[in-house]
Amino acid sequence: MTQTLLGKQLPSEELMMSGHLACPGCAAPLAMRLVLKALGENTVVVLPACCWSIIAGPFPQSSLKVPLYHTAFETGGAVASGIKAALEVRGDNETQVIAWAGDGGTFDIGLQALSGAAERNEDIIYFCYDNEAYMNTGIQRSSSTPEGAWTTTTPERHPESHQKKDMLGILAAHRIPYAATASVAYPQDLIAKVRRAKGIRGTRFIHILSPCPAGWKHADDQTIALARMAVRSRLFPLVEVEDGVRWRFTVDHPGEPVAPYVEAQGRFRHLGPDDVARLQERVDQTWQMWERRVSQGTG
Amino acid sequence: MKKVIIGNHAVSWGAKLARVEVVSAYPITPQTQVVEELSSMCADGDLDARFIKVESEHSAMAACIGASAAGTRAFTATSSQGLALMHELLHWAAGGRHPIVMANINRAMGPGWNIWADQNDSLSQRDTGWIQLYCENNQEVLDTTIQAFKLAESVDLPVMLVLDAFYLSHTSEPVDIPEQELVDSFLPRREARYRLDVNDPHAFGALVRPENYMEMRWKQQEAMQRALEVHDEIAEQFHEWFGRWYGALEAYHVRDADLVLVTSGTITSTARHVINQRRDRGEKIGLVKAKMFRPFPSERLREMLAGIPRVAVLDRNVSPGHGGIFAEEIRSALYDLEEFRRPKLYGYVLGLGGRDVTPSVIDEVVERSRAAGTPEREDIWVGVKL
Repeated sequence: MTQTLLGKQLPSEELMMSGHLACPGCAAPLAMRLVLKALGENTVVVLPACCWSIIAGPFPQSSLKVPLYHTAFETGGAVASGIKAALEVRGDNETQVIAWAGDGGTFDIGLQALSGAAERNEDIIYFCYDNEAYMNTGIQRSSSTPEGAWTTTTPERHPESHQKKDMLGILAAHRIPYAATASVAYPQDLIAKVRRAKGIRGTRFIHILSPCPAGWKHADDQTIALARMAVRSRLFPLVEVEDGVRWRFTVDHPGEPVAPYVEAQGRFRHLGPDDVARLQERVDQTWQMWERRVSQGTG
Repeated sequence: MKKVIIGNHAVSWGAKLARVEVVSAYPITPQTQVVEELSSMCADGDLDARFIKVESEHSAMAACIGASAAGTRAFTATSSQGLALMHELLHWAAGGRHPIVMANINRAMGPGWNIWADQNDSLSQRDTGWIQLYCENNQEVLDTTIQAFKLAESVDLPVMLVLDAFYLSHTSEPVDIPEQELVDSFLPRREARYRLDVNDPHAFGALVRPENYMEMRWKQQEAMQRALEVHDEIAEQFHEWFGRWYGALEAYHVRDADLVLVTSGTITSTARHVINQRRDRGEKIGLVKAKMFRPFPSERLREMLAGIPRVAVLDRNVSPGHGGIFAEEIRSALYDLEEFRRPKLYGYVLGLGGRDVTPSVIDEVVERSRAAGTPEREDIWVGVKL
């Protein structure tokens, strides 16, 4: 049914081609494909260093049918600002300039340039596809890595001890006109958000959770299931926020236990029942924060 | 039209006359007035450009890269720590073949904090692939800014024009401001050979495997080497149209000289004054003003200096553990001369961190060079109080 609905909603034209270099089961190409379908061909993509630097294909190839600028790790927000300014100064106010960055390029090294762009309310859409670690360099922790997770720099004896950074809250604090989370398991929601963003001027931010079989240590065919579990368990709620203040949930979050999500991933296999219980507690606490945001925002 | 303006505003006027389309900058002393003036020009509608007030020099260069990749004329200005922060993206701008123009106001690197003239900031960026042009006075600053865009866009390489902190940046001099119409004909709107274009989509800067990487660097090197001749052509045309000429190297009383000084930046004017005085007394002394540092005009320098008994290079910079950076480059360029035509080279390190290089300091350099036999060391420090 989803396919049918999607088929009706989306143009059949593909702006992302086969032959890309993503790992089997990677959510990132799926996210790009949907986003480009929603945005259309009048789009320029800025790609700071991330898995997509590889996925897009080496010189002289490209798996995208839109202009693509590969750039240094921390420059997504700034390069996109420069491109947008150039297009406008030559009279093109319509082309969408998007930055497409991983969690490292967004939460960590690219945060300063992103904050600068957001503060200036640059007319760009910044996408973060979030696989919760530096996957392209071989699974090192980032400030997006969830508490309890194994990575090569948070070994099982000392797994990640910090909470994932509240990226959407940081962007909302910039009072940008539109920010949202999205998921490859909810394509209609994702597309609706991209289309919504497309119709707004100013800085827009869309944060897409992107399961990574290689880094999360899950089966290739569990990508969508895990992305869905992250939402249904309230680990990764799907929300949108206008002007940094009007928050809204965009799907139902039944609050299923986090245990099955954790158990399906090798990166959490060292966790005992007590650890999982603590994670559940943390999710419940954080959920209160989300609910507060939504109730205050709409109230 | 003549105006009395500081060197920083000469940069701003040059950029305005060049009709830059995107300016992206971050404040740093002693550069700030360059972009203050440009932001006023944008705000007043005198310059139809987008000014992106970024949160760091790193982002200033990143935004220029984006703007240049999209086909427009992009400009920024910085100094010292700001230039150092840009370092990664200087490689990106050059490797990506983006003809960005940047003014760098030569300022010392910290610590300790020092805002005064010193060339170590720009010379530390030697290997990033930027053309570097050093200026002697405010007129040259304005003229070089205009020429820099033409040069950059001719060879698809970025150009850094360089001027001394305070001696130029904050010093007022009369400057002839060329007519806009003439500049427009000299430097038409940029038509990029390659740009981000939704009607002709391409990927820029993608992963390059070993079988292609060297060819890309070779093409960059060819463009760099072509830049010297293109600079000559531009200098000639500029001379015809505007009446002023600036060479990559400028020889002054070199032919019959038994001692030639080599200088860059404002030290050149002081040295020229010393040479005039000494010429009046019958001394055979000359000067080479080095404007272009990259590409380094080795062959031309060899021709100029072949057979000159002694050459003294004045460096307001030092490569720690080696010597003055111009001196080392020139020493290397002269190596290919036959021994009997190869000058003795004295490399003086002086004026660091804005210490004045007065006529008497240059007199000391001249006297020491005349008295010396084989140079006592590669780096001869002048005026160090120990």
